[in-house]
This record gives sequence, structure tokens and C-alpha cells, in this order.
Amino acid sequence: MSTLAVKSRAPEIAPKPARLHPLPLRIMHWINAVAVFIMIGSGWKIYNDDVILGWLHFPDWIVIGKWAQYGLQWHFFGMWIFVLNGIAYLGYSIATGRFRQKLFPITLRELFATVGDALRFRLTHDDLTVYNAVQKILYLGVILVGILIVMTGLCLWKPVQFSELAALFGNFQIIRIVHFLCMAAIVGFIAVHVTLALLVPQSLVAMITGGPVLHAKPALVARPVPAVDPVPAVEPAAPVPAQPTPIEPTPDSNP
Amino acid sequence: MSIRPRTPSLFRPHQPIDQNVLKENRKLIEAIDRRGVLRGTLTLGALTLLTGCDVSEEPAVQSALRAVSAWNDGVQSLLFRKNHLAPTFSPSQVVKPARFNAYYDIADVRPVDGASWKLELAGRIADKRPWTAQQIYQLPEQELIIKHICVEGWDYIGQWSGPNLRAFLERVGADLSAKYVYFICNDDYTESIDMATALHPQTILATKYAGEKLADPFGFPMRLRTSTKLGYKNAKWIKAIEVTNDFRETFWSKQGFNWFAGI
Repeated sequence: MSTLAVKSRAPEIAPKPARLHPLPLRIMHWINAVAVFIMIGSGWKIYNDDVILGWLHFPDWIVIGKWAQYGLQWHFFGMWIFVLNGIAYLGYSIATGRFRQKLFPITLRELFATVGDALRFRLTHDDLTVYNAVQKILYLGVILVGILIVMTGLCLWKPVQFSELAALFGNFQIIRIVHFLCMAAIVGFIAVHVTLALLVPQSLVAMITGGPVLHAKPALVARPVPAVDPVPAVEPAAPVPAQPTPIEPTPDSNP
Repeated sequence: MSIRPRTPSLFRPHQPIDQNVLKENRKLIEAIDRRGVLRGTLTLGALTLLTGCDVSEEPAVQSALRAVSAWNDGVQSLLFRKNHLAPTFSPSQVVKPARFNAYYDIADVRPVDGASWKLELAGRIADKRPWTAQQIYQLPEQELIIKHICVEGWDYIGQWSGPNLRAFLERVGADLSAKYVYFICNDDYTESIDMATALHPQTILATKYAGEKLADPFGFPMRLRTSTKLGYKNAKWIKAIEVTNDFRETFWSKQGFNWFAGI
């Protein structure tokens, strides 16, 4: 009893309980969402002036910037938000150990298991705090693509000043294609990411409110304690000594 | 000569922006209304329409975007490496003829009469005597086989030769500590570059392409070629050069394109 009382008072004294998505992370997530929106929309406008794929021309209603110069203005404005926010995110996630906790390790066995579950429609998202192997790979992958798109972007912006970096990729048109493919990968990621966030709405809510409270051990999940239900016989809450007491529930039911 | 005309280019005259936008938007709004789509909801699509067509032109938004563009000018001049050379190529990689682009069609090029042409000098220059084409041709030539990169995304390798701009500015006693070199062109085009770029070893006043006198569409008798700027900074049909400390908007920067445009 006394421990309970202490626990309930704890939040007032101690710092706020850690949530799945701490406030700085949520802010960076939504800033990133806006930045990526600007970068992709304006990038499509820039692309339209000299298309890479003859059949692909982004319609006017979907691009950002009615004229070429507006597309360029948005792109070279958005780049600051995307890059500065991205650096802040990488710094934060490395410093707080979030990457280590959430994205590593990724094992092949875990990957097979996740894919297997997914194919059998057994994939669960009851626990938002733990990422499955596919999620880990997608998040890690999109972060790497994000770094690559910034590097190729720098090479397109400054192929002469950054000629050493640009030479690693190849000529200007190859860099354009890599930059374009990175965009396509990010668009693909967003399609999956947004679809799943809508299918599992609590994950979307978590990115706004912070999500479930984390306990000291990050591996342990904040599983709700079973309510005062008289017959959940299968719950592990009743260990060995509980076995020989089948009479127990009855006194409760009619006091 | 066979010159490949460009397919749709942003370097074509657009209609005056204001009226066009009003018309377009009216149509757009009517279309949305008629279908009753998106009404009353701020969907992603509506947001895109909003961003795409209206927001950039809002005076407050446009001035903010231009302020960022001006900030980017400063960042670019910090990133600029004064003596870092752009990659050069071999004569076998040169595209012939050069690729045409201007703010109008190749058919509308007004050729310059080389015999009566004179290069005027103005501003912070000691010796302002004008130069004839013959005098320019007698100056030592420098050859550059470099990439021309257009803001639109295409590029080609060109072989340009003519007097080095730094050597020319020194010869006429220009103030090399001034901030800008400003070019006025025969087609009412204007362009200016920062002094650091003007003094870069790969900045020349080109009079030849692939060893032959410039053809009319490419700036005869004299144009700028610098390895460190986007295509539109390379003024063609130059008729006057001014060395100045005053920043003036140029043909494209007035329309919202980045002024520094370094690569």
C-alpha cells in the first residue's frame, strides 16, 4: 500500500515520466514532415524543367511553385529546415541512445520472423514501444537515404565547390538520378509510413501526445495491469501457489 | 548551321505574372467549387494547391523567400573557393554546336554587327576607352573546356576561348577590390557577378567556341564564360562592362532567381 502511495506521488517530484516519443523528438518529427513536404513538392517543380524520365512530368497542381523560380526558392529555403532539423535529430538520437535502443540490433532471424508474421497477417502493433525488424530496417534505411539525398543535393547545388564529393558519385546527370531515386525511396517510405500510421491510429496519436509511458527498463513494456476481473485464469498474474485455490473467485462474486 | 532548338525552356518570356495568376486561380477555384470537392476541408491536396499557386506569390511569402535567397547568396560566397578549379574535359567530349538558350527563341536572336561593335567600360575602371572586336582578338587567349550547367538541370561540355577576365580587368586598371562586375548586353539582358568569381582563373571573355569565332546565337562577338556559375550568369552579346560597389538586380534575379547562382 505504502509503495503505491509513493508511486502515485512520484511524478510530482521526479521529472516527467519518459514517454515513447519525447517532446523534442515529436517536434523534430513534425518539422521534418513539413520540410520533406516542401522539398518534395518544390523538387518536382525543378525536375519538370528537365525531366529524367520522358513519361514522368509532375502535374502543376501537385508541385510547389507556379514558376521555376518559386520552386527553386522553396527548395533552397526548405533545405535549411530539412538539414538543420536532420542534424538536430541525428545528434539527439545518438546522444540519448535512442538509435541504439530502437533500431539495433537487427538480426536476420528477427527479420525472417517479422516477414513471416506479416505474410500470415499475424503482425501485431499492441506494443508501440518496440519496433519489429522490418520497421527497424525501414527507419534506418530512410535515415540513410536522407543523408544520401542531402549529399547528392549538395553536389547538385555546388558541383564545382564540392567537386571532390561530386566525383565520388560520377557526373552531374548521375548525381541528379541518384538524388531523384532517393526522392522516390522517400516517397515510397512515406506511403507505407502514412498508411500504417492510419491503420494503427494509436501510433499517430503517440507522435502527437508522446505515447505510452516508458518504465525504467526500456525492454519492459508498459502493459496495462489486468483489471479486477474475477476470471482471467490464464493470466500469468497467478503463479504456482494459486493453483489449488479454485474457490477463491466465488466469495467475491456474492459478498 | 544546324542548331538544335530547345524544347520548352524557362528562359522564354512568360506572361506578366500578376494577371495570369488571377485568371488561373479563378478557373481553379471555380473548378473546385463546381465539383464540390475539398470544400470546407483542408486536405493535403488543397494545401498543395494553396502552396503551389498562391502562397509563393503572396508579397509577404515572396519577400521571405527572397530574403532566404539573399542569405543563400552570402552562404555561397563563403563556400566559394577562390582558386579551386572546375573539372575540365578533352576536346573530343565537346558538344558541337553549343546548346542555345536565352529568354527568347533562337529564331529571335538579333545578330550583332562585329565591325561597328564596341565594348564600353564604366564604373571603377581607370582606362575607360572602348574596345573594338579587333582589339579584343589581339589579347592573349585562354581556352576552357568546361561544363555548362543550366539551372533547369541539363548540362553539356563546351570549348570556349578568349581573354581571361582578370587579366583584362587588370589591363584596363579596374578596381579589383570593388564588389561586382556588371554586364550589359545587346539584347537588354543584364547580369552581374561577384568580384571573387570575376578574378577566378576560369573566368574568361569568350570570343570563340571550339576554335572558331562565336556564332550569333552564342553571343558573338563576346560573352562571359565562367566555370563556377550556372548558365544564366554567363552573359552573351556583352556591350558594356561596369565595375561597381552597388548591387543592382539583374535580368533573372529581378524575377526571383538566385543572384549568386554559384556551382
